[in-house]
Amino acid sequence: MTNEELKAYLTKNFPEAEIADGPQYIELTVKPELLVETSKKLKESSETLFDYLFCLTGVDYPDCMGVIYHIESTKFHHEMVIKVKTTNRTEPVIESVRSVWQTAKYHEREVYDLLGVKFSNHNDLRRLFLDDDWGFPLRKDYTDEVRIIER
Amino acid sequence: MGFNIYDFSTFTHNLHVWFNQQMSPGWATTVEWVIVGVLYLTFVALMGLFLIYAERKVCAAFQQRIGPNRVGPWGLIQTIADMIKMMMKELVAPLHIDKFLYNLAPFIIICCMFLTLAAIPFAPGLQGLDFDIGVFYLSAVSSISVIGILLAGWSSNNKYSLIGGIRAGAQIISYELSVGMSLMTVVILAGTMQFSGIIEGQRDLWFIFKGHIPAFIAFVIFIIAGTAETNRGPFDLAEAESELTAGFHTEYSGIKFGLFYVGEFVNMFVVAAVAATVFLGGWMPLHFGGFESFNHVMDLIPPIVWFFLKSFGIVFIIMWLKWSFPRLRVDQILTLEWKYLLPINLVNILVMTIVVLTKFHF
Amino acid sequence: MAEIKEIFINSDNLETDEFKINMGPQHPAGHGVLRLVVTLEGEIVRNVDPNIGFIHSGIEKMCESLAYNQIVHLTDRMDYLSAHISNEAVCLCVENALQIEVPDRVKYIRTIMDELMRISSHQLWFGAYGMDMGASTALFYGLRDREKILDIFEETCGARVTLNYNMPGGLMFDIKPNFQKQVKDYIKFLRKKLPEYDKLVSGNIIFTERTKGVGILSLEDCIAYGVTGPSGRASNFSCDVRKHHPYSAYPFVKFEEILDTTCDTYARYYNRIREMWESLNIIEQLIDNIPEGDYAVKMKGVVKLPEGEYMQRVETARGDFGVFIVSDGKKNPYRVKFRSPGFSNLFAVNKMSKGIKIGDLVATLGALDPVMPDIDR
Repeated sequence: MTNEELKAYLTKNFPEAEIADGPQYIELTVKPELLVETSKKLKESSETLFDYLFCLTGVDYPDCMGVIYHIESTKFHHEMVIKVKTTNRTEPVIESVRSVWQTAKYHEREVYDLLGVKFSNHNDLRRLFLDDDWGFPLRKDYTDEVRIIER
Repeated sequence: MGFNIYDFSTFTHNLHVWFNQQMSPGWATTVEWVIVGVLYLTFVALMGLFLIYAERKVCAAFQQRIGPNRVGPWGLIQTIADMIKMMMKELVAPLHIDKFLYNLAPFIIICCMFLTLAAIPFAPGLQGLDFDIGVFYLSAVSSISVIGILLAGWSSNNKYSLIGGIRAGAQIISYELSVGMSLMTVVILAGTMQFSGIIEGQRDLWFIFKGHIPAFIAFVIFIIAGTAETNRGPFDLAEAESELTAGFHTEYSGIKFGLFYVGEFVNMFVVAAVAATVFLGGWMPLHFGGFESFNHVMDLIPPIVWFFLKSFGIVFIIMWLKWSFPRLRVDQILTLEWKYLLPINLVNILVMTIVVLTKFHF
Repeated sequence: MAEIKEIFINSDNLETDEFKINMGPQHPAGHGVLRLVVTLEGEIVRNVDPNIGFIHSGIEKMCESLAYNQIVHLTDRMDYLSAHISNEAVCLCVENALQIEVPDRVKYIRTIMDELMRISSHQLWFGAYGMDMGASTALFYGLRDREKILDIFEETCGARVTLNYNMPGGLMFDIKPNFQKQVKDYIKFLRKKLPEYDKLVSGNIIFTERTKGVGILSLEDCIAYGVTGPSGRASNFSCDVRKHHPYSAYPFVKFEEILDTTCDTYARYYNRIREMWESLNIIEQLIDNIPEGDYAVKMKGVVKLPEGEYMQRVETARGDFGVFIVSDGKKNPYRVKFRSPGFSNLFAVNKMSKGIKIGDLVATLGALDPVMPDIDR
């Protein structure tokens, strides 16, 4: 499906979500509670069949913590973006999509490690690169006098 | 003194008589033992050095490189330099090891190697022990090296050494069967287990030609099983493990590791020497019974040169195998032995028996 | 006696201990600093847990304080065996965001260097994999043939591995006059040498016994775990970014995507050999037709991307590499995320190695071709 068809499909099936036109892909911003349901529908629907999650990014926006999912369909080769935002900066919790896409299990560990976003329903949420008592480096308010040189 | 390069027995006999004239028989025997021991030690040392150098050059040739060429002319002194380095290394031993077994393990392998070397005929008259059960003695004594490997793996107090040691032990015990049985095939053809008798029997034609098909199959099986016995070549899972560190000799350093290393190379030479003796005639030149002029030309080359040429030829084949093939997995090694080599060996013995009984050989 | 009989009949009652061993960060012939905690039951692998992070350098955080044409140099160091292709990803992302069209000459040269880089990466992998399996001679075959490619790189841009030849807007230097002749000679040379690889390793019965039927990953699992590159295509997962989302000069060439349905380690190995042949075909189609023109577009001194989020995917030697830039209009990016193929490929090793023996684990892991700085970033 092209971007316009995809936009039409999404507007019809996911009325509560915000749909935006990104520079390259359609961006669907859903509420954190509806994330897994939306992902499941997008994966299993025969018109979209988004079965390949190729990028899971955590972003520390100025006003909220966001997680961005880039998905692609291996059959139709169309791509889109799902975005989830949560305003709770001290204890951000988002539901894990590992039941939909297996690879999310490890990408979510990375987001937890570097940004501190916890994922519920993730049965193995350990830190990936860093020690257990390290801070969360990718946050914008992370300071480290020893290792980071501020200009 | 009657030094004859074609036959050392007159020289050794004269030497023995001269010693007995100089001192009492007890002392003479002791002095002879000491001389023979020193000769064997020197031989092992030189052979170890030479074989390690040869391996590096042969391996380089297969990989289209040059190999050592800086230390000494053509890199000949390279191994000596390595040995000196190894002797000067600190012997680091882990903390909670079984000290006695840990120190004993390399020596068992070295002793076993000397015991096997003693039975090999280098030239007429130049053989340490000439039992009438020569082949049987060789098989029995070469089994002792398993104990050394198992002890090394066990006493290192290290999970990986243990796994490596047990694997190596299982492999060696399995392949001893094939080695023994392929030697038995030739014993059937020769009619005797004594090494000098086996070589005499090849005066008119080497056994590998005499026994045609069964002897050739036995030769191939012996080479494969012999390589597996010495943990070399495609069967070196237990020690060259890029999978679980260095196997049973992980925790050994310095000269103890040097003993394992030299032991492996000289064991390879022993396997090659036994193959050369039993299948290719040992020190017996290539004779075709009936072509007297050809035989006379072949006799011009001294037997000791024949022996070393044949042994080094087989050593080269064993090295060739190592650098051309990937490694076999441990269950594939054992499958090869128990499901393939053993039945083939048994059938081969049967065929050889029939060949000998019906005199269907050359 | 009765108790012994009972033990043998109900051998489920025999409790065998599972023990964990460490294939630690330092391997004798390792894949870089990777720690695998393997739970073994005897010889059978029950669980593999990769522990990574030993070479985590915080590249993504570093990018947030650098300018856009400085980020390019950091991508070299991640997947250093496909350095040029990673550089190209960042350059394409920036160029697409600014909607700059680079001249055709740039596209052709970028693609030729891409394919040369891919061949050199596969050659190094072939050598290292052969050495892992015990066929040490393979190392010298791979490295010897790779030296000639590195000589071509050195003459073009001065570096052998971390090329830094790309920049947003085009290339740093023009190619030398004898570039085309060198590459054409190399294609002839490699076409004679590649059958030797088959003779030495691929056809060897010991090698096939160790790799066929080992490390199976079905197509659904492949897509679920996001395994791409030659490893993914061995399970019939058609994921070649060059085919589905072409970039640079790929729309102008005809080539096949190398797929295989057997899903095992041998398929992953042989895919890479076939990819080397296919890369030679691609280079041959392009090398004679490099159009004349500029080798770079004049860019402003300070590059600022408009606000928004931009993604660019390329096909490196390991798989689907993605660069995701979140920009807020300033001269430094707000967030840069690198989607590395090794990351997704590595974590599928647990699924692939259920029930195999420990000796097969090395074969399976090697065929995935992990490069640790790419995974750890």
